[in-house]
Amino acid sequence: MSFDILDRFGDPQLCRNVLDTLARELDGELRFMEVCGTHTVSIFQSGLRSLLPEGIVHLSGPGCPVCVTHESEVNAFLDLAGKDGVILTTFGDLMRVPGDNGRNLKKAQADGARVRVVYSPFDTLKLARENPDDLVVFIGVGFETTAPTIAGTMKMARQEGIRNLRILCFHKTVPTALDALLSDQDIALDGFILPGHVSAVIGVEPYRFIPQTFGKSAVVAGFEPLDILEALLRMVEWRKRGEARVDNTYTRIVSEHGNSRAMDVMYEVFEPCDALWRGLGLIPGSGLEIRDGWVEFDAKREFDIVIEEGPALPGCKCGEILKGVKRPDQCPLFGKACTPANPVGPCMVSTEGSCAAYYKYKVD
Amino acid sequence: MSDKVLLDYGSGGRASQRLVSGLFLEHLGNEELDRLNDAAVFTLSGRTAMSTDSFTVDPIFFPGGDIGSLAVHGTVNDVAMMGAIPRYITCGYIIEEGLPMDDLERIVASMGEACRHAGVHVVSGDTKVVPRGAVDKIFINTTGVGEVIADPEPGGDRARPGDAVLISGTIGDHGLTVLGTREGLDFEAKVESDSAALNHLLVRLVQELPDVHVLRDPTRGGLATTLNEITVSSNVCCELVEDDLPVRPEVRGGCSLLGLDPLYLANEGKFICVVPEADAEKALAIMRADPLGTDARRIGTMTDANPGKVVLVTRLGGKRLLGMLEGEQLPRIC
Repeated sequence: MSFDILDRFGDPQLCRNVLDTLARELDGELRFMEVCGTHTVSIFQSGLRSLLPEGIVHLSGPGCPVCVTHESEVNAFLDLAGKDGVILTTFGDLMRVPGDNGRNLKKAQADGARVRVVYSPFDTLKLARENPDDLVVFIGVGFETTAPTIAGTMKMARQEGIRNLRILCFHKTVPTALDALLSDQDIALDGFILPGHVSAVIGVEPYRFIPQTFGKSAVVAGFEPLDILEALLRMVEWRKRGEARVDNTYTRIVSEHGNSRAMDVMYEVFEPCDALWRGLGLIPGSGLEIRDGWVEFDAKREFDIVIEEGPALPGCKCGEILKGVKRPDQCPLFGKACTPANPVGPCMVSTEGSCAAYYKYKVD
Repeated sequence: MSDKVLLDYGSGGRASQRLVSGLFLEHLGNEELDRLNDAAVFTLSGRTAMSTDSFTVDPIFFPGGDIGSLAVHGTVNDVAMMGAIPRYITCGYIIEEGLPMDDLERIVASMGEACRHAGVHVVSGDTKVVPRGAVDKIFINTTGVGEVIADPEPGGDRARPGDAVLISGTIGDHGLTVLGTREGLDFEAKVESDSAALNHLLVRLVQELPDVHVLRDPTRGGLATTLNEITVSSNVCCELVEDDLPVRPEVRGGCSLLGLDPLYLANEGKFICVVPEADAEKALAIMRADPLGTDARRIGTMTDANPGKVVLVTRLGGKRLLGMLEGEQLPRIC
């Protein structure tokens, strides 16, 4: 897509027009949650947050894959780092995520652990080929956006007869988490801005339960300011008409039924499982695990890794922040004990985390 | 000479001499260096600026440059940012055993060419060859000295509220190029490093505008981090206008793909210039008259609103902080 086209979605005059309409149409407080970390960053980076009408209450949701990676999962991959014969591969986001005792992958690397940042799971195939005597373990963290490419990597590894690749699968799925959030009586929400990248894979259909079961609205939106504003305006207009709906304004990328090829590959290799989410706890059916037919790639089984609920970090309010119950700056650790240089929770370490966005971008 | 660099070449014996006379003097030689004395003797008058930097870039060859020319440009620019005319540099090479001799020659030749273009002489050098694995191919240290002609010299603590903030061209080109080449990423649109010696342009600038408050090259950490350093040193606020920040579309596209921010990517041929408001247009005219400054533009203003902070006024008119880079930029998951 040309950037000239994208520029139009950030056109200041168009945005101002929609902001004016939004302010005019707003008939009371609208508490919206953007599910995806990229939306969080876009709302702050574009300065949109400071321009939204006061009645629009912005909450950041559990859509940053780093933020929802459970403490036990973090400790599991940190335990793997430095194991003899293991080369750990990961996307860059996880390098500074803190585990217990202040551990992180950066420090593990400095202590001699073989950790490689990759740009694509396919890069791990090359590493596996080049290091036949080692196990190359990819940390599979993320949502439906990344799971298909990891599934594709496993298929390719099998075709090529690569036997030293493992996936530490901590994937999670978005609609189940939204269901859990909406079922929580403590959370007061009017609507969601749904994640554009995830929706490109799963489509719009899996979100139909949001209005049907919970009577709330939701819009699949792109990441430019105008995309976000349009989504908000739709939710305000629907409410005025007494409707709750799901719609897709990101039609340039997202189709109703998503990308069936990606979904097929994903579910050929993975199957739903219960998963622990940081701050949200156990959500039945919200994770992905490697199917029995692909067991030779499963690092969890190879290293007997068990993910279990442990004591929460004292003072850290990541859980309430991920649920939209608290704003990042309402956490007692925010900006004091917890900063990007010394993060206590993953919401502060991830580039897409809501705490990091608050800390980095908020002027006052 | 062998087709690969052997440990022998760092022995200090005949092999070392062959390397020095057959390669280094061939490309970097001049009256002073050719004497091969233990130290260089030269004359500098008045106040002197001096800077040192070590270059460990991976890959050592990248579109738009290589470690040899970069080692000259980096140090020449650092000296020139003090309102000085760079005159002499030294270079120390730490070479990994087994480096192809052709690669070394390309690097040294490129360094020689960069020196001639910048008008500096290499007056002292050193070569060490270390066992395979002790360094990554080649590290180069350069130290430069030059005569300060600006009075007073520009400094990071001299920005004042009301000053104009200028940049000599597009940002992020070098950082994205090196990262893209290192990771073997094939960008659809070509990106190229901006590595260049800025001293001739900078000298003209300080000669024609004696009251330049700050000159700084936004290398590692990029524009945002460098501006933060300036605002902290000067205790002022820098208010940047997003629409005015020059980023090539191909750099913007590459960054968007990788989840990187061009404002934090290294530049090796650009400088930030902070001048009194009254001098802003003249400074821009001087910059634009030079091939290395054709894309120069004003990007913001120093204010007293939020001392020590850099604030970005977004395209929509909103405001957000632009903090310092924390660690290195890392590609994101989705």
